[in-house]
Amino acid sequence: MKEAFAGEPAFVPYLAAGDPNYEASIEYVEALERGGADVIELGLPFSEPIAEGPTIQEAVVRSLEGGMTPERFFEFVEDLDVAVPLVCMTYYNLIYQYGEGEGPEPFVERAAEVGISGFVVPDLPAEEADPLREACDAYGLDLVFIVAPTTAGDRLERIMDQVSGYVYVQARLGVTGAKDDVSDQTGASLERLREWDVPKAVGFGIKTGEHAASVVEAGADGVIVGSALVDIVAEGHENETSVTATAERLETKARELKRGALDAGDRRSGESMPESEPT
Amino acid sequence: MTATDTKFGEYGGQYVPEALMPAIEELTEAYERYVLENEDGFMDEFRDRLRDFGGRPTPLQYAEHLSERYDADVYLKREDLVHGGAHKLNNALGQVLLAKYMGKERIVAETGAGQHGTATAMAAAHLGLPCEIYMGERDINRQRPNVFRMKLNGSDVNPVTTGRGTLKEAISETMRDWATNVEDTHYVIGSVVGPAPFPAMVRDFQAVISEEAREQSLEKTGGLPDTVVACAGGGSNTMGAFAEFVGDTDTDLVAVEAGGSSLDVDEDAGVAPNSASLSTGEEGVLHGARTKLLQDGDGQILESHSVSSGLDYAGVGPELAHLVDEGRVRAANVDDDAALAAFHRLSRLEGIIPALETAHAFAWAEEHPEELGDVSVINVSGRGDKDLESVVEETEKRDVDGAVDVGEVFE
Repeated sequence: MKEAFAGEPAFVPYLAAGDPNYEASIEYVEALERGGADVIELGLPFSEPIAEGPTIQEAVVRSLEGGMTPERFFEFVEDLDVAVPLVCMTYYNLIYQYGEGEGPEPFVERAAEVGISGFVVPDLPAEEADPLREACDAYGLDLVFIVAPTTAGDRLERIMDQVSGYVYVQARLGVTGAKDDVSDQTGASLERLREWDVPKAVGFGIKTGEHAASVVEAGADGVIVGSALVDIVAEGHENETSVTATAERLETKARELKRGALDAGDRRSGESMPESEPT
Repeated sequence: MTATDTKFGEYGGQYVPEALMPAIEELTEAYERYVLENEDGFMDEFRDRLRDFGGRPTPLQYAEHLSERYDADVYLKREDLVHGGAHKLNNALGQVLLAKYMGKERIVAETGAGQHGTATAMAAAHLGLPCEIYMGERDINRQRPNVFRMKLNGSDVNPVTTGRGTLKEAISETMRDWATNVEDTHYVIGSVVGPAPFPAMVRDFQAVISEEAREQSLEKTGGLPDTVVACAGGGSNTMGAFAEFVGDTDTDLVAVEAGGSSLDVDEDAGVAPNSASLSTGEEGVLHGARTKLLQDGDGQILESHSVSSGLDYAGVGPELAHLVDEGRVRAANVDDDAALAAFHRLSRLEGIIPALETAHAFAWAEEHPEELGDVSVINVSGRGDKDLESVVEETEKRDVDGAVDVGEVFE
């Protein structure tokens, strides 16, 4: 998955699979790829999403009420017509309970089978992650970890030992949700991870192309956007907008975010050119 | 990581968002220093405040009429006499004091029946820290007197409208607040649940119940009880009542859960009409710990039910789950009807109006008098004033054995 971040700043959108229903959600995820997504994070809804703010929590409720289950999620991934890597974002209990017996392996095996490239599990810190890490290694999947503004010292090293694919840099404290400004903690957070040999993608609170540009300018290799996109799905659902119209809005928004990231990337490489290409 | 073990057998652990992990490490360190090592005289101050502010020790009272009824010596550990009317103060006072020692400036807590919220609000007022409490909207409607008490003590009460608006949703919401304000805020978890070190720390604060009961039993009866009975929701009064007896293997420990209206589960509807996670739950991960949970085959958490909002939770403390697996604690359950009948019975027989939670323990004794042995201790975890409205409503709905005519009372 690392390759998705090579060359230019990556745009990593998130949607909850099955929100507000299975068929529309397929259209929405595909629209994100048309809009320039390099990796897509797909939420498998859990009934107690403790790391999420109200926007994604409501998406989770809509998806669960529409009948989303882990098995249905895997079918959803199979039904998607997208070429970019897909990351499953879910909570540990669903991974742990899947299949016969206990432990994460059956879930990982099935995810690999349908073409999932990796996982983000917000309630699984590095301390508890060994069983999932082992299963991911066995099936060649990446395990993405979140680094928070509060993460420091030994914890950073513990995460560095476990992380693969990319590291999810949490731009500010709190839960997910679009904000009107991007935290100035981002630069400091990225600085702490400078030596890590893994792409750094920044998320939490990014809503506009300008936000995307500012995190790339701060040194991010990628931009993760969830709530701002889920808002578009929610509005479409509430206003009974056609699926096609909502998909178009998502595509346009994706284009704006990707463009913001690219422009900042161009500026950044322009500035750093003399250093990176010595004559 | 510190030396404190985060697990009880395979249960426990620390399954929380990364942003909270440093706070949990900080709390673990504070727990080890202040609670386990009594640094700066923390535990001495805690004990002093429990005595002078909290009203401890609580009596171990001989229950004449129940003893006669069951032809055995029944003793009541009167946690309903703790300031605030429930065992919850033991933990809330301990944690708010610890927060103060840690230099935290703000307290958040969740509450189901309102007892923990009330205790936390009282402790925060007593120790001079601002406090915000999250409570499910449905529980706010079921427990209005406690909501008023929290506000009187100067706390803000934030209604939680997600899901079914009960304790499970309130815990999730409080974790979100904590994740946002983790640098200056301490989350006072209300039971022996959540990520380590909470289950062990809350147990230690509640262990004063069994510490006193054990001494009082030796003093009054010359020996240890044959049985200790406590109701179990999350399990804080249960672990408090059991902790010091765990090593006394001749003493049976019975944790009585809310069997609700049925032990059957409707997976399609996502509903368990009970809160009996020890009796019927499966191992899983919720709210920071691996424990026994009411969940469907996919791992989605079921909505639980109990006539008592204080027991209405889909999980249980990891240590209790472990002790049940080990065979040291017996998990039992009684249904809503039996608990209501016990509420009326204890009120009439002994002049003690118990919390609906507590009534479950008494209902089990009524159904199994032969299992109490010669001497038993039943933990009166709290008093029932807060439940009067629910009891009137629920009693009118059904034919409760031995109930007073509540309609007539309120005419």
